[in-house]
Amino acid sequence: MMDILNALIILGNYIIIPALTYGSQLALGALGVTLIYGILRFSNFAHTELMAFGTTITIFLTWALQNAGVSIAPLPTALIALPFGILATVTLVLATDHLTFRHYRKVKAKPLTFMIVSIGLMFFIGGLVRLIIGSKDQIFSDGARFIFSARAFKKFTGFDEGLALKTSQGITIIITIIAVTALFAFLNRTRIGTAMRAYSDNENLALLSGINPERVVMITWMLTAVLATLAGVLYGLDKSFKPFIYMQLLLPIFASAIVGGLGSPLGAIAGGYLIAFSEVAITFAYKKFFGYLLPDALAPESLWQILNTEYKFAVSFVILVIVLLIRPQGIFKGKSI
Amino acid sequence: MKKLLFAAMATTALSLSMSASAADIKIGILLGFTGPIESLTPDMAAGAELAMKEVSTSGLLLNGSTLTPVRGDSTCADAAAAGAAAERMITADKVSAIMGADCSTVTTAVLQNVALPNGTVMISPSATTPALSDIEDNGVFFRTAPSDARQGQVLAQVMIDRGVKSAALTYTKSDYGKGLADSIQSNFEALGGKVTISASHEDGKGDYSAEVAALSQAGGDVLIVAGYLDQGGKGIIQSSLDAGAFETFVLPDGMVGDSLPAAIGADLNGSYGTLPQSDSPGAATFDGMAEKAGFKNGPYAATSYDAAALIALAMQAAKSSDSNVFKSHVFAVANQPGEKIYPGELSKGLKILQSGGSIDYVGASDVELIGPGESAGRFAEIVIENQKISTVSYR
Repeated sequence: MMDILNALIILGNYIIIPALTYGSQLALGALGVTLIYGILRFSNFAHTELMAFGTTITIFLTWALQNAGVSIAPLPTALIALPFGILATVTLVLATDHLTFRHYRKVKAKPLTFMIVSIGLMFFIGGLVRLIIGSKDQIFSDGARFIFSARAFKKFTGFDEGLALKTSQGITIIITIIAVTALFAFLNRTRIGTAMRAYSDNENLALLSGINPERVVMITWMLTAVLATLAGVLYGLDKSFKPFIYMQLLLPIFASAIVGGLGSPLGAIAGGYLIAFSEVAITFAYKKFFGYLLPDALAPESLWQILNTEYKFAVSFVILVIVLLIRPQGIFKGKSI
Repeated sequence: MKKLLFAAMATTALSLSMSASAADIKIGILLGFTGPIESLTPDMAAGAELAMKEVSTSGLLLNGSTLTPVRGDSTCADAAAAGAAAERMITADKVSAIMGADCSTVTTAVLQNVALPNGTVMISPSATTPALSDIEDNGVFFRTAPSDARQGQVLAQVMIDRGVKSAALTYTKSDYGKGLADSIQSNFEALGGKVTISASHEDGKGDYSAEVAALSQAGGDVLIVAGYLDQGGKGIIQSSLDAGAFETFVLPDGMVGDSLPAAIGADLNGSYGTLPQSDSPGAATFDGMAEKAGFKNGPYAATSYDAAALIALAMQAAKSSDSNVFKSHVFAVANQPGEKIYPGELSKGLKILQSGGSIDYVGASDVELIGPGESAGRFAEIVIENQKISTVSYR
């Protein structure tokens, strides 16, 4: 019995908790991408730079608060700064939409044009972020590091294996649950949420029934900004903030959104967790795990690793290729691309 | 430059008038004055030229011959450009030997394509790849920098001495990381240790939980991190500590720096590693000499000085500036037996050799040539205590 529990703790500590955290961060990012795709009908490549921008503003405010001696320990100070980061990001997206995308909506440009514009914005916002905070690593987490550490867990329970839960991991999972619940309530229960879904389903029909398209677009951008800042700040709290790393998140986030089904919010969440879990679970070495489960005589000598960690990134691509081949519209029927 | 040229011309004129057989010997300085290490090369070249000037002004080399530096750009990265620069040095400028090249890739290319066919002696101050140890060189190639293989040997010994029986190993995905990791693994296993897993990690990523998960399951007393401290190496250590996977980390030179304990905090205390560094009195002397000459004793400046000095001393011992003759004397002047020669004492060394004595050139970087003509290298064993790096001993 002890052995089975030890084996489960290994899975919990090295696969379930890290993947749940990483998956939540990807899911929040993918939700923003999928909302823009579903309603504005283009792939927004500037999304991870929006995450970086929101995080940058939050970091500056966090530093200011820390200097002023404000603290909500054991929780990180960044949580107080977060709403202001969101506000700044909302302002930025509304301004960029007003200055760029609005014009192309007016001339009824093709989705491809929108996508190219978003690439331009990606470079612009990326440059802005580096101008403000520089290209170096920034650490801004404070408060208690662990809810419980591996050592404390071992001491408390007497198990051979440790289980650690970082504060940032706990916060990520809780905030993701709250944000996703609120988003679905908004989309399904409110008038404007219904209008957004109608606009996404059939633009012309929605316009005929008197929906104001500019209002739908504005709300969509605001939701995207909120989700992007949340994803960015949570990722930064859990790992660290570096503009280059945020830029590289574009790939797993798009993979998550596409695997789940572009345009489907539920799909974005499922995609995020699927990508995160497969990256960790497929490259995991199951030696100790089976060592606990199997009788001593059968205990594995080798690592029992399906794939070397070098191929971590290949995993998300393989999943992406398989999904696109077998079910191009994604797991949850999104818009086919 | 103008001043230097003038000085060189003046000394040349002087020495010509002194002795009939005195000559102006040209030495190539092949370094990456442009490219990835362009910030290091000015000090390296200054170090080499300082040694040449010291030799020239002494008037003792080969009946009062002088050394004149000829600079060439190795670019550090472009093997074709480096080869062309070396070719020009040898055919047009008629250099007798080359102090260079610098980076491992271009050094290998220049050696194979230019120095070896022309039979020109080449002493590199900074190429560290283990691959250069067993390359076919016909005795013309030496280096005053230690091979990364040597660091693996030292690090493995440090671990064994600390009672480590098994270790997990992760390295940054590059020639440096792979070469160093292979060397650590083979040496550690030769000493009876066990490497449970050797897995690479990529720099510039945010999430290392998958890497740490695999490493932790393979297990081991310690985790060896052959990476860079401001890159993936830091991420790996942070994730390992968070998950409770490892508590002690072994840190090769790329991981030793003040920013690491500052970023990780008290959890890093007790981790240890190695760093190429010498405790020889020559290093301190060279510091002062560099300051007086107006350059900084930066990375590889000392080994550059030593490389140039070795060329001159070997010529003196062989009584010839012909590469084919003096190449066999490099070992003798660099190693025991003989009088120890420190930086600033080149004239003393030249005099002893002139009178048929023997010397043991120690120089600024504690030169001791081993096996395939490379520096044995001195390494400092460091440990992290109270979030500070402190040196335990030199090996």
